[in-house]
Amino acid sequence: MKFTTTLLASSAIIGAGTLAFADAHADMAKEMTLVSWGGAYQASQDKAYLQPYLEMHPEISAVWDESSNEAVAKLRAMNEAGNVTWDLVDVVAADAIRLCDEGLAMEIDAEEMLAEAPDGTSAEDDFGDLLVSDCFIPQIVYSTTFGYRTDMVGDTPPTKICDVFDTEAYPGKRALEKRPINNMEWALLCDGVAKDEVYDVLATPEGQEKALAKLDTIKDDVIWWSAGADTPQLLADGEVVMGSTYNGRLFSVIEEQDQPVAMLWDAQVFDLDGWIIPAGLPDDRLARVKDFVKFATDTQRLADQSQYISYGPARLSSAPMVGKHAELGIDMAPHMPTDPANAKNTFLYNYEFWADYRDDIDAKFQAWLAQ
Amino acid sequence: MVALTPISRKPVGFYVPVVAAAGAFAGLFVGTAQGSGLLGIVIGALTMGALAFILTQLIKNETIARWGSVILLAVIGFILGGVPMLVLGVIFGWFFGWFSFWLYEGRYRAKVAPYLTPGQVLWHFAFRIICGAILVFLITPILVVMPLSFNAENFFTFTPEMLRFDPEGYSLRHYKDFFNSSAWQGAVWNSVKIAPAATLLSVSFGTLAAIGLSQQHVPFRRAIMAILISPMIVPLIISAAGMYFFYSRVGLQGTYVGVVLAHAALGIPFVIITVTATLVGFDRSLTRAAANMGANPVTTFFRVQMPLILPGVISGGLFAFITSFDEVVVVLFVGSAGQKTLPWQMFTGLREQISPTILAVATILVVISICLLTVVELLRRRSERLRGMSPG
Repeated sequence: MKFTTTLLASSAIIGAGTLAFADAHADMAKEMTLVSWGGAYQASQDKAYLQPYLEMHPEISAVWDESSNEAVAKLRAMNEAGNVTWDLVDVVAADAIRLCDEGLAMEIDAEEMLAEAPDGTSAEDDFGDLLVSDCFIPQIVYSTTFGYRTDMVGDTPPTKICDVFDTEAYPGKRALEKRPINNMEWALLCDGVAKDEVYDVLATPEGQEKALAKLDTIKDDVIWWSAGADTPQLLADGEVVMGSTYNGRLFSVIEEQDQPVAMLWDAQVFDLDGWIIPAGLPDDRLARVKDFVKFATDTQRLADQSQYISYGPARLSSAPMVGKHAELGIDMAPHMPTDPANAKNTFLYNYEFWADYRDDIDAKFQAWLAQ
Repeated sequence: MVALTPISRKPVGFYVPVVAAAGAFAGLFVGTAQGSGLLGIVIGALTMGALAFILTQLIKNETIARWGSVILLAVIGFILGGVPMLVLGVIFGWFFGWFSFWLYEGRYRAKVAPYLTPGQVLWHFAFRIICGAILVFLITPILVVMPLSFNAENFFTFTPEMLRFDPEGYSLRHYKDFFNSSAWQGAVWNSVKIAPAATLLSVSFGTLAAIGLSQQHVPFRRAIMAILISPMIVPLIISAAGMYFFYSRVGLQGTYVGVVLAHAALGIPFVIITVTATLVGFDRSLTRAAANMGANPVTTFFRVQMPLILPGVISGGLFAFITSFDEVVVVLFVGSAGQKTLPWQMFTGLREQISPTILAVATILVVISICLLTVVELLRRRSERLRGMSPG
């Protein structure tokens, strides 16, 4: 008897689940799944855009999914399975370009979907060049750069990117990202290639060999990282003397966690991060997402975000509104990668180059790593 | 244990080198921590060898010698490295004082059989040391997590304050994070909802399957068994990807029911295996006897068969529960952010932010598992006592 009841109960559960799935056909969906990177960055988005939005719309519920790292693969799988469960996905610009090319992200009409600046400037002009793809809604400018242990570098702290390759002056391990992007550029730059020729050289097999040969000189001293949180941990442990990571992570290590670490801004690589809307959302969910995106990317919200993390807002009109850190009360402007004092020598992530050469150079880089 | 063998004092040439070897071993660790393992070995061997000689040959009085060695090493430790080294010094002083006299007086021989050769005595102790070392190797990673979870910093690092036993270096903030964060609390509730449901399903289906498959007349028993057990053998990622596409099509992806069903599928093999094993010892004439007395099959099952195979069912259920509670790969595919379980939250937390909150959660889980296992063991002993069986 007992068992029959269990069986009945479980089939009832299954039935209820299917029903729940078929439900929800209002004008605007009441639920949103937002995908982001976790950590301090997601927390800044939560505080700056999502919580204010939820306060305005108490009937809505939203969940975060920390899957941005594998967003491209997951969106492909979702699309193949015909079951896209994400409503809004935070990705770096390069991933947005890929998703857009594959038709997995919806094309955006900036004029129609994004709010204009307070002074009436159109969204398209306000974001300007940062709209690098038709599907991409930029939120922030971040950079990949180096931090070093102030107590492990003696009296002459590193000032140039090439100090990373100087194991005699700065003995100890370095943390580098386990991918060719950025590392190859830095290697060539420190191998005597002029900055404006870096990508021309890197396009040739000899240039790639040259960059790997330069990296080879410090290979034994490198700890390779793959998640943005690795380098802060390694720096805090004193396992590495310097390491690359996203500038916001270093800001948190230095200012919020009070570690003996300082920034090395030389040759930082700018990159963009922003939203994409998955293609083919049902109407009610699309309507909800559009409403949220318009709110979350307006001038005030992007400026608010910079109270929580040291990434530059992607709107021109937000820049003057960058204020103080919400908890520490320090001025955020000098910690922005775009601050003139920090941005003396910078790269911009070369989307076109890496779109063309990534697979090829990746293979070579991985082969070199395995040697 | 009583003394089995008369003991006698041993010559200096035997025990001093042995103590020195132990000192070298300890020195290896201390030295490596300070930057030079080789130097540590040499210093450890020399000082501990000399200490053994002085304690046994010059001081002679054992009580004084052993207290002296504790105090001496504690003071040296304190001068060299403050409170943490003082603790280490006390431990080393106690151990080497005891070890010197243990060897010198020949006490190590007292409790082993008198007919053993020196080689066998050596093996007797070497075996215990190896077992101890394996235990340490298995348990240290778990133990290290516990003090780190009280770290006042946001990193997986033993800070200098922590090593100095400075209260400033410790805090409960990561525990506070865990209890105050809606993400973690949501994950706990999801796990608590999903795991029991999945366990219930796997126990019911697994037990039924095991009973059915143990009947002689069922055709293709081996093939069916192989299919049912396959989730245990097929790499998890393949089951997960398969379930993802299948569940997406039938509308179960991203629902609680989907995750529960997926976890039940993973748990069923464990139940089948444990129940099949207990059924081997089950006497079929009992069910026939029950049928003879007029009981229908369902009554027979619940009143006769079930109580006898219950230990297998329960241990299978425990495995199924742990499988679901620990599982991260399948839930990443089959679940959506709304069904984020505890392992999923730990996985993303570890990858994206390396926050010691994970360590606090790990500590809580370890403590809960210890409590659960203790309770289960106590209950088992109690029921054995009540049944008049003495614990093994």
